[in-house]
Amino acid sequence: MSNSSLDILTQDNKLLLKFSGELSLYTITKLQNQTQILNTSNSKSIEINLENVSFMDTAAAIYIVNLQKKYIDNKLEITTVSNSKDIDDTLLLVKKQKTASSRIPHANDEKYLYILGHSIYDYYVGLLSFMNFLGKVFATIIYYISSVKNIRFKEIAFEINESGIKAFPIIALTSFLIGLVVAYQSAYQLKIYGANIFLVDMLGISMLRELAPLITAIVIAGRSGSAFTAQIGAMKITEELDAMRTMGFDPYIFLVMPRIIALMIAMPILIFVADMMGVLGGMLVANIDLNISTNLFIDRFSTVIDAKHFFIGIFKGPFFAFLIATIGIYRGMRVKDDTQSIGFNTTKSVVESIFAVIVCDALFSIAFTNLGI
Amino acid sequence: MNVIEVRNVKTIFDERVVHDGLNLNINKGEIYGLLGPSGCGKTTLLREIVMLQEFHSGSIKVLGNELSNISHNVAQKLRKEWGVLFQAGALFSSLTVAQNIALPLIEYTDLTEKMIQEIVEFKVSLVGLKSADANLYPSQISGGMKKKSALARSLAMDPKLLFLDEPTSGLDPISARDFDSLILKLRDLLGLTIVMVSHDLQSIYDTLDRVAIIDNKKIAFEGTLNEISSVDSEFIKTFFGEKI
Repeated sequence: MSNSSLDILTQDNKLLLKFSGELSLYTITKLQNQTQILNTSNSKSIEINLENVSFMDTAAAIYIVNLQKKYIDNKLEITTVSNSKDIDDTLLLVKKQKTASSRIPHANDEKYLYILGHSIYDYYVGLLSFMNFLGKVFATIIYYISSVKNIRFKEIAFEINESGIKAFPIIALTSFLIGLVVAYQSAYQLKIYGANIFLVDMLGISMLRELAPLITAIVIAGRSGSAFTAQIGAMKITEELDAMRTMGFDPYIFLVMPRIIALMIAMPILIFVADMMGVLGGMLVANIDLNISTNLFIDRFSTVIDAKHFFIGIFKGPFFAFLIATIGIYRGMRVKDDTQSIGFNTTKSVVESIFAVIVCDALFSIAFTNLGI
Repeated sequence: MNVIEVRNVKTIFDERVVHDGLNLNINKGEIYGLLGPSGCGKTTLLREIVMLQEFHSGSIKVLGNELSNISHNVAQKLRKEWGVLFQAGALFSSLTVAQNIALPLIEYTDLTEKMIQEIVEFKVSLVGLKSADANLYPSQISGGMKKKSALARSLAMDPKLLFLDEPTSGLDPISARDFDSLILKLRDLLGLTIVMVSHDLQSIYDTLDRVAIIDNKKIAFEGTLNEISSVDSEFIKTFFGEKI
């Protein structure tokens, strides 16, 4: 990079600023420091000489124009000399843009109270829009049941396969491990009292009634809930949803309902799988660790575990599925036109649906206990 | 006959007024352009006309149907009579090009599979795609091909009305000129009324019959391109420059 320099000469009360070399982004700071400390109080006129300047970029031009303006404001007579058309043009361009452009206003700092109010209002609007979504879902349900022809069986079957059948292995594995772990930990405690056989009661009730539905719901929320949000969010960004609407395909009929119905059908089946695998895991531990034979285990199981525990577990399935699917899809619909919001909404969808499932489970728990089942 | 009538349409986002009383008429069989500086609400107006967005007040009539209090059934019927081409194509990513084109035919008609197949083949060749490309997924084809496929899909139901949102943006100049001649050809062949938003000057001169220029929340000009020089507008001067 060639250097630039500034020679300052004084003749009587005339100040001569002689720039030379290459004036660019990289060199003007040095020159700026020089002119900053320049004492002009003894001079009446100033000449900015650019004859030896080999090149000037727009940053340097802004500097020169600012310099001219500063001296004009100080009531000094100013002349600018240059012998290159390029430099003149650059200066002219900068001058023209400077008058045309206006200052970019500072973004206002928001007050805490404003932020607080705004976020509460946002939550309120969010709640309203979720209600709006639920309302549309129920209106679509009515449309669905008004005629069998309206039900999109193909899409429902596809979604059952996607979010139900394909989730079998992971559900089976997690609930098997949970059954194993629960049995193993309680076996250790039960052995102390010689109450080995009660493992069956404990495992049976906790697995069928609570653990299997919850584990299934949490895995499905992570697996299908997030998938719904991401799929529908991406479709929104690429305008696929708009395209569907203009073609008269209501996304609620084509995308929302099949997913909700499919998950509501798949969930009880998945919970059934989780029940079996969880009890199997417990049975394995009972056999190895507590010397309870498989026959004895099954015998005890059928006498102490009522069928109602199993049915309560299965009964929760469709409710959990509805919560997971609606929250996942609603979050997908809330995605805005940027890729950031897919990530944001997917996270929200998983967190909110797991939370909703647990709250729902707690409500069921209270209700069933009070009803005596 | 006016295919589309826009009367005193006002659009307000939060507190920002986008349109303050727009009026325009689109005649049957013409290629009509919506022009204006960025952010003036061209696409918004287009979205309001195709019922993707609601307007604040005023009235929009499409094919004689008032949109502000349209019933569900009429709206569905209307949607079958137009085609919309989105800026990025908006092809359904889970379906192949051919399935995308076939979708409205499968859903809305009782045509046989063979007939649908033939219609799809016709539309594919009409827009100048190779038939081998029809079995590719949208993620596997180029931007120009996406536009053509999306155009084929919007033409699937033989609409009377075609909306194009920046049809030539993102295309190379040669494809863009091809697209222009394709649009002209389609208008002549199928008697379409075409409404488009465009920034492509060449495309504007080559295809448009009449234009509306939206500037400062109003219609700054409506008419043919020859009359445009008579209007005093900053946007028109800079946009059309020395050509007028």
